[in-house]
Amino acid sequence: MHVIAEGLITEDNPPHLIGGRERDTGRVVFPCPPGERFEQVALSRTGTLWSYTIQRYRPKSPPYKGPEAFRPWAVAYVELPGEVIVESRLTDIAFEDIRIGMPLELTMIPLDPDAADTVLIPAFRPVGGAA
Amino acid sequence: MSGDVCIVGVGIHPFGRTDGLSGLEQGVFAVREALADAGIDWPQVQFAYGSSDAAGNPDTMVERLGLTGVQFINVRNGCAAGGSALFSAQMAIKSGEFDIGLAVGFDKHPRGAFNALPSEYNLPEWYGDAGYMITTQFFAAKIMRYMHEHGISQTSLARVANKAFRNAVHAPHAWRREPVDIETILEAPLVSDPYTKYMFCSPAEGGVALILASEKKARELGKPLVRLKAATMRTRPPKSFEVFAPSIDIGGGKATATQIASADAFRMAGIGPEDIALAQLQDTECGAEIMHMAENGFCKDGEQEAWLADGRTEIRGPLPVNTDGGCLACGEPIGASGLRQVYENVVQLRGDGGGRQVLGNPKTAYSHVYGAPGVSAVTILER
Repeated sequence: MHVIAEGLITEDNPPHLIGGRERDTGRVVFPCPPGERFEQVALSRTGTLWSYTIQRYRPKSPPYKGPEAFRPWAVAYVELPGEVIVESRLTDIAFEDIRIGMPLELTMIPLDPDAADTVLIPAFRPVGGAA
Repeated sequence: MSGDVCIVGVGIHPFGRTDGLSGLEQGVFAVREALADAGIDWPQVQFAYGSSDAAGNPDTMVERLGLTGVQFINVRNGCAAGGSALFSAQMAIKSGEFDIGLAVGFDKHPRGAFNALPSEYNLPEWYGDAGYMITTQFFAAKIMRYMHEHGISQTSLARVANKAFRNAVHAPHAWRREPVDIETILEAPLVSDPYTKYMFCSPAEGGVALILASEKKARELGKPLVRLKAATMRTRPPKSFEVFAPSIDIGGGKATATQIASADAFRMAGIGPEDIALAQLQDTECGAEIMHMAENGFCKDGEQEAWLADGRTEIRGPLPVNTDGGCLACGEPIGASGLRQVYENVVQLRGDGGGRQVLGNPKTAYSHVYGAPGVSAVTILER
C-alpha cells in the first residue's frame, strides 16, 4: 500500500504530516505548496480536535475515489499547537464519543478498508487508542 | 450626479425548478416584469449588467428583448455575482454616465450538491480523491466549531429552517412553501452533522431583474423613491475559514469578508445595525444565517440562541430576517440569489409583502450575500 500522494508525510516511523512554512511570514499551511515561497516542515504528530462533521452520503465521483459501498466517516479539523489546523479523517472512535478539544494523534488508514491494494490517507485518532 | 441611485422597477421569475424554461428565459421573464413595474420600455434602458454562473451569457438576452444596441456587460463573480452586477449598475449611474439601467441575474443548476473538482480551486488531486471537495462538509464543520465556541444548540438551527418555510408560505416566488415543524426538521436524516436535510438550501433556478435610475429620473417616472444608500462587495481577509480548506490558520475563522463588506456599507449609509428594519442574510444553511446575524453587526456571537428562542427575527419581531424564506426556501440560483434579496427588500419597503409584510412601515432594509471562496456583498436600501 502507498500513500495517496507524494509529499504528504515524512519517511519517519511513525510519520509526520509535511506542512509548508512561508519563508517571509512564518505562517504554516498544509499541504506544502510547490515553489520557493514555502519550505517543508514536519508537523506535530499530536493535536486537539478543533471541529468535525460526519460525511453521511457518498461524495460524487469524480473526484472521490473511495469505495462504492459507502459507510459514513468522520472528518476533522485538528489544531496542531503553534503550527496550523489541518483537515483529516478521524478514526478509531464512535461518532457519538467525538468531542471538540479531545487529544488526537496522527495515523494512516486505508481509503478503502476492504480493498487489498488501496491507498493510505492521513487520519487522526484518540491518543492512546480507541476512546 | 446629485441625489441617490434609486430602484424603480423589480421583477422576478419564481425560484425552484421550471422544466422547459432555460435560465436565460427566466431572466428575460424577470426583465419584462421589471420594465412593466418601472413603467418603461426596453429601448429606454441605457445599460445592463447581467450575472449568471451556469446558465449562459446574459448579454445574449438582447435577442429576446430587442436589438437596441444597449451596452450589456456580463458579470461572473461566484456567489457574489448578483451583488456585483448591482454594484456595477449603481456605479454607472453614480458616475453620471447614464441615468437608467438594468441589473439582472439568473441561473439554472443541475440537481444535487455542486460538483467541484480540485483543479478548479488550485488544490491537489488527492484532496478530491479522499472525499473533501464537499461544500456541505465545510458548512457543517464551520458551524460545529461556532456552536462549540458560542453555545448555539441544534434546536436553534432548526428554528431557522422552520422560520424560513413558514415565511415562504406567503412568498409567491419561493420554492419550498410548506411549513415544516421543528421536530420534523431535527429528526430528519443527517446530511453532515449537525445538519439534517432540511437545514441546507439546494441549487435551484430563477431570475431577478432590477431597474436602477438616478434620483432625478426616478422622480420623472413618478415611482416611490427606494434609495440604494450603500452597495459593497468585499473579498476575504487573512485567517478566514472558507470552503475547501485543507488547513486553517491557528485562531482562524473569526475574520470574514462579510464583516468588512458590512462595516463599509454601514459607514457609507451613515447608519448602524440598530437602524435597520429588516434584513435578508445569506442562509446557504441554517448556521449561516446565525453566524451572519453577528458578522453583520446585528447581535453579538452567542446572542442568537436567545434571539431565535424569543422570535426576534420573525416577521413580527424587532428584526425580521429572510422574510421570503431566504435561500433555504427559495433555493440558490447563484447568479440571481443576491438580487432576490434586494427584490424582497423593495417589496417590503413598498409595503407590498402581503402575508409576509413587515409591520410598522419599514424605512430601511439590508441584504447580504456570502459565498465561495470568501466573497460577500451587502446593500442598504432606504425609503
